[in-house]
Amino acid sequence: MGQKTALYDRHCTAGARLVDFSGWDMPIQYTSLIEEHNAVRQHAGVFDVSHMTIVDVAGDDAEPWLRWMLANDVARLGQPGQALYTAMLNDTGGVIDDLIVYRLRNGYRLVVNCATREKDLAWLQAHIESHQATLTERPELAILAVQGPKALKIVDDILRSRGEPELADAVQSLKPFTAAENDQWLVARTGYTGENGVEIILPESQAPELWDALLAAGVRPIGLGARDTLRLEAGMNLYGHEMDESVSPLSANMGWSIAWKPEDRDFIGRDAVSLHADQLTDGTLPVLIGLVMTERGVLREGMRVVCTLEDGSTADGITTSGTFSPTLKHAIALARIPTGTTQCAVEIRGKLVPVRTVKPGFVRHGKQIFD
Amino acid sequence: MSDFPDELKYAATHEWVRVEEDGSVTIGISDHAQELLGDIVFIELPEEGATVSAKDEMSVVESVKAASDIYAPISGEVIAVNEDLTDAPETVNADPYGEGWICRILPSNPAELEELLDANTYAGMCE
Repeated sequence: MGQKTALYDRHCTAGARLVDFSGWDMPIQYTSLIEEHNAVRQHAGVFDVSHMTIVDVAGDDAEPWLRWMLANDVARLGQPGQALYTAMLNDTGGVIDDLIVYRLRNGYRLVVNCATREKDLAWLQAHIESHQATLTERPELAILAVQGPKALKIVDDILRSRGEPELADAVQSLKPFTAAENDQWLVARTGYTGENGVEIILPESQAPELWDALLAAGVRPIGLGARDTLRLEAGMNLYGHEMDESVSPLSANMGWSIAWKPEDRDFIGRDAVSLHADQLTDGTLPVLIGLVMTERGVLREGMRVVCTLEDGSTADGITTSGTFSPTLKHAIALARIPTGTTQCAVEIRGKLVPVRTVKPGFVRHGKQIFD
Repeated sequence: MSDFPDELKYAATHEWVRVEEDGSVTIGISDHAQELLGDIVFIELPEEGATVSAKDEMSVVESVKAASDIYAPISGEVIAVNEDLTDAPETVNADPYGEGWICRILPSNPAELEELLDANTYAGMCE
């Protein structure tokens, strides 16, 4: 028996198949992974992601401390309601975790991965030292992600009928990576699907009622199975697959999330990733790319990628995630390969199958985004 | 809950076997197996005319989530394969014991049938 979110009974009622996910009993699927996937691409779906860890950071030094702890720069969050994606690096420039940090009216909120909770908290705690900053984990909060082309309209209607017109107005006007909050709720235009949508952080006691209202409005419950195919179509990383403590963020397509300027801002791992940046220029650092395979079969994590380099020699890469894309109806993968690769083939059950390389990202707003 | 028809025999690796009147056997994967795999998107069928030995890999079923080898539950010659599955692999999800059959084998050693599991034993194993 694992930990249960406030929506455990709702999952059972909705017919979920539950699996252990880092110690939590979570829904892997309710009906069919493909049906759930398509519901998010075409209409709207709701994910219970309350297993993720929320840590609030407050205190006079919260900003300078987070500017040192995180590779992206929280000073870019000019006002409450802004958010950014960032890596938390170790001293050797490996990724301890990837997370979203929100600037709230009173401090900052980090949403980190469930599987990395303990090491993240230990790392954060160990680096507070003399900083005037406090960490408060918020296990009493639930997180519902509502995603899909109809998600914003449906959430707007529900908030209005609950007597929350200010939050409802905000939902329609929020730009990506911004959020609106009241005393109890945080509604953020963030997500993990490549569709429009929001992530709503609210007291867990109120989560079942919101869940019921969403389902009554025609939003489908979506399990972790479709969450993975949706994020992979969107070309988004999953910790422990695309990156971990042994992988540079520059080898995981996360270079855009590193704030190099101002140059005098020190952050943990800065020296190491600066070196990685030089290696990237030299062509000695592997890079994360997308693979497209239109032949029959499915790409999976951990497959060998035989890469032909510019000089005609070959070197190995590896797939970090792979799946059948329900939207495109063929296999896609993310893979780490040597810089300067001109052609790739993937070894599937002993046979080499040619694949195309594309930028990491396959589907946005229901449509193919590579040529 | 999964369905385990009484008239079939089962392999521990989740294939089912039906003995036909002409002595050939029809083979597919169990309802329990298709449920575990979820949405099936590709099937690599065995080759018609191929000779297979019991417990050999003879086919691969790929769902969105996983690839799963299908093992020959019995030795013999593959005398028919369900070509319809090439374009409609989801038939295995919808009707695993009917239209979702995978192949027919002419057994070379019918005594191997005795080593397969009955519905009750197999169902117990899947609990």
